[in-house]
Order: sequence, then structure tokens, then C-alpha cells
Amino acid sequence: MFTRPRLLATAAVALATAGLAGCASDAASADAALAVTDPWVKTATTEDMMSAAFGVLANTTDEDVTVVAATSPQYPALELHEVVDGAMQELGDGMVVPAHGELVLEPGGFHIMIVELPEAIEAGDEVEITLELSDGGTVDFTATAKDFDGGNEEYHERDGEDMDMSSDEATAEHSH
Amino acid sequence: MGATDRTGVSRRRLLLGGAAAGAGAAVTLGAERAGLLPGSATEPAADTAGINGERIVPFHGAHQAGVTSAPGAYATYLAFDLLDSTDRERLRAWLRLLSDDAARITQGRGALADLEPELAVRPAGLTATFGLGREAVRRTGAEEPAWLGPLPAFPQIDALEDRWSDGDLVVLLHGDDPTAISHLARMLVRDSRAFATLRWRQSGFRRAYGSDAAGTTMRNLFGQVDGSTTPKPGSADFDAAVWAGDDSPAWLRGGTSLVLRRIAMDLEGWDEVGREGREHSVGRRLSDGAPLTGGTERDDVDLEATDASGFTVINPAAHVARSRVSDPAQGIVRIGFSYDDPVEEGALDAAGRPAVSNVGLLFGSWQRDVDAQYVPMQRRLAEADLLNTWTTPIGSGVWAIPPGCDEGGFVGETLFA
Repeated sequence: MFTRPRLLATAAVALATAGLAGCASDAASADAALAVTDPWVKTATTEDMMSAAFGVLANTTDEDVTVVAATSPQYPALELHEVVDGAMQELGDGMVVPAHGELVLEPGGFHIMIVELPEAIEAGDEVEITLELSDGGTVDFTATAKDFDGGNEEYHERDGEDMDMSSDEATAEHSH
Repeated sequence: MGATDRTGVSRRRLLLGGAAAGAGAAVTLGAERAGLLPGSATEPAADTAGINGERIVPFHGAHQAGVTSAPGAYATYLAFDLLDSTDRERLRAWLRLLSDDAARITQGRGALADLEPELAVRPAGLTATFGLGREAVRRTGAEEPAWLGPLPAFPQIDALEDRWSDGDLVVLLHGDDPTAISHLARMLVRDSRAFATLRWRQSGFRRAYGSDAAGTTMRNLFGQVDGSTTPKPGSADFDAAVWAGDDSPAWLRGGTSLVLRRIAMDLEGWDEVGREGREHSVGRRLSDGAPLTGGTERDDVDLEATDASGFTVINPAAHVARSRVSDPAQGIVRIGFSYDDPVEEGALDAAGRPAVSNVGLLFGSWQRDVDAQYVPMQRRLAEADLLNTWTTPIGSGVWAIPPGCDEGGFVGETLFA
């Protein structure tokens, strides 16, 4: 963690996009390996214990770019995840964004898990996230929190009103 | 048999003549849409260039797009009440979310976390315009315009109901495609759950896109050409009447105000009025909206002209006589949509029979200062307007309409400066 000031300074240069106001205008600087567009996070209460961030990572370079980790100054632990066959798994080798290609982070697919929630994420909150790349570079973006009921395909017993603690926790553990 | 034959021939001739006239009209229509004819509307030539559904009105700009663009064929108003927990910072977060949804969906893209982005791909000129009521401005701590709040009562005419009135925040969506409006409305309401409750929703319409040449004045459900003199966006009169200037709070400059009146129209009572009476109640011809003193729809009404017996041609209590302002900058700019809703259970008409219609006008108006422009006109109309016999305001609200925003910004940001 003592390298964070340096990483953040780098990131400031390679700042990706702001999240809101339809300004998915790919404001990444020319130096940024990745442009992050349409970033958002799912709102969550502390009882949910988890949330997730989504968006589109676009690789503007001639080389594949691998995201090896994600951090946030606001939340202590973020993990890179993918949902495969309805089950969530952590990506030990990171997420590869192909050269001149895109990786879509979305409910039911790749996502960035926020695995500890010391406080709730409310609609409209802004969550700052830094992606760490395999080459040591970083990309910062700000994701806006939105209420979202989807992404719970693996649970078939939810019936809207009946959101008790246990189902909430189960949802948070296995969804995104 | 002979008469029948002649009639048949006449009809054929008429049809042929009609077809020829129709072809001419179609050419004219195309030219108008292409903006080739002088005085034609400023709308782009969407249907000669491609599919009207693809037409995009930019969200970002100095003014909110729903004020500066021509009214669409459909409109939906949404009004919200703030939750107690929505303080200054939460209000700011909400406004950012609302602008984000609108900035995306009006441009033909899905919102963030939108599971139906396909519904956004045909915006058809969709715009979203946001306004704040007095309580919302108060919570930001910004200066409140003196006119922001309920209109004064007009006891001669008002029969206002809470369910159609007021609200801490209002959104006007208008465009030519009801599916696009529905989708944006849904996303806005969904994204408002953490901040506010939906107070009411009102929808209205004009003629469908393509039924009239662009720029044609609407007809209300009394059959009247409605809004002939209202200044068109882009004109000097429009700018002078609408945009808040240096005498307004700094956050409002480049914005305006919205008055929305829900005006119920008594169609059954109107049924009892002959054509002449109908025309005299307004002072315009039903056929084309021209003043009863002659000319075309765009010509001035001559309030002094008299008939053979010495009476003025225009009844002094006619709507045009009572609503007229000599200086358009001191008047209002109208944006009206008809509504035609299901008859409410147990509703009776004026004659005590089961009601057969529940129609009216969503009468909207833009003006830089409600007290200086709207209220004096409404006072005159409340005191005397022949149309009052068949019209009843049943809803009312006033909102401040902030200026537009640039990319990366949000409507209402100036309140937090």
C-alpha cells in the first residue's frame, strides 16, 4: 500500500472517464491504455456486505492489456470476478482486454466485486476505483451508484417484497 | 338515375382534383420539412433524410432542449415529492442521475444499468426538461425567485385538485415516439426511488408526427387552432419572453419558468354551442384559426374593427381580446398538449348524465417571470373570457427551469455553484 501515492499520481495522468451526465465521451488521455466508459456500481446496504462495479473497458493500444487488481480509496477490498454458469469465481490471472478491443463488465459476466462494505452505497454516490495493470500502470475512474434489481439469475425464489436478510446476503454473495 | 350519375361524375372529378392537390401538398410538405420555405419550422427534415425515429435533439446546450425544440407529438409530465432525507447533497446526486439518464436516452443510447437499451434507439426528437419547485430550491440553499410557488388563487375559475398540482420537481418529456418517452420516464422514476416519490404523472398529445407539416399550430379538442400567436423558438420574441436574465438569481440565468395548468374541457357543454358561438368565444375562425376580422392565422387580430351595427367584430370578452399582449416580450410562450383520459367512475356531465368524456389541455407556458408575465394575463382571463364557460383549471404548478448544461455537467448544477 505504500506505493499508492505513486500509483495515484500516475493514475491522475491516465485518468479515465467521469461517470455521469451522459459524458461517456471517453475522456481518457491519449496515454491511457484503457478507456473506461459507462461505469456504475450497484447500490447496497451494509447488510448486503457486497456490491459490484460495471462498465466497458476499451483497449486503445496494439497490445493486450491485463487488469490484475482493482482498488478504491473508499472501500478496503475489491476483487476481479466473473460469473460462469451462474456461479461467481475470482479471477486469479486478472482480466484481459484484447488489443483494440473491449471487455464489458456487466451483471452476469465480468465485474469488479466490492467485497467489504463498511458503509452503504446509496443511489447517486460516486465510487472511485483504480485498475492496476500487469505492466504497473493504473487507470482511475469514478462509478456512479444506481439502484438495480437484476443480476440475480441464480436465485429463483426472490419475489420482490420478500427480501429478508438471508436472501439479501445470499444475493450479495453470489451475484454482482 | 341521372342525378346519381352526375353525382358520381362530380365525385370522380373531385377525387381527381383532390389527388392533384394532394400531390402538390406533398411537395410543399417536403420542402417545408427540408426548411426550404420561408417561415417554415426549424425542425430538421427528418423524414426526407431518413427515419424520424432516428432524429436526435442534443441534450446539452445553453438552454434545456425541451424549451428550445418544437413540441413533439406526445408529452409526459412527471412530478415528484422529495423525501425528507433528500438534503442538499442528495438532491445534487439525484439531479446528476436524472440528467445522466436523459442525456443518454434522448441521444438514442441506453441509460446506465438499462436492461432495455433497445427501447432508446428511436428517440424521435425526445427531450427531457427539468424544473424545481420552491421546496427543492430551498433545500439547495440557493436564492428563490419571488414568483416560485403556487399561483395566486383565481376563485372565479379554479377547481384545483392536489392530485394534478404542484410537486418539488417536474420533468417534461416530449417527442414523437411514445415508446421512447415511456422508457425514459420509467428510468427516471426508477432512479428517483431513493430520493423522492412520484406525485403525479400526466400525459398528452398533439397530432401524430407527419399528420401535419412541421410548425402547424395544434388543434385542441374543442377543434380550435390553439396557440397561433405564441412565439417560435429561435425568434427574438421568444428569447425576450422566455430567458431569465440579469434580474434573476444567477443560477437561473439562461433558464426560465414553467407554469402547467391542467384545464378540463366540457365537451358536452361545448356540444350545445353553434359554430358561430364557438368562433366568437375565441375570436378566430374554426376552419383555419384566422382572426374573425380577416386575413390568415398569422395576421393580427383587429380589436377595433366594427360590424354594420357598430359593435366590435371581436367580442371584448373573447379569448383573443382578453389574452392579448401588445408586446410579445411581456407575454408567455405556450406549449400545449391535449389529454383524453378514461372517464372517472361515477363522473357526471353538466346535465347530470353519466360523463362520456374526460378531456382537456395540459396548458404549459414558459416565461422569464411568472408574476410579471403569466399572472396579469391569467387575472384578465379569470375576470372575463367567454371560454371560461366550458373550461376549468383542475391542476396547477410553477417550477423554475434551470439553464441547460454542458457535457459532463447536469441540469441544476448552477444551484450548487
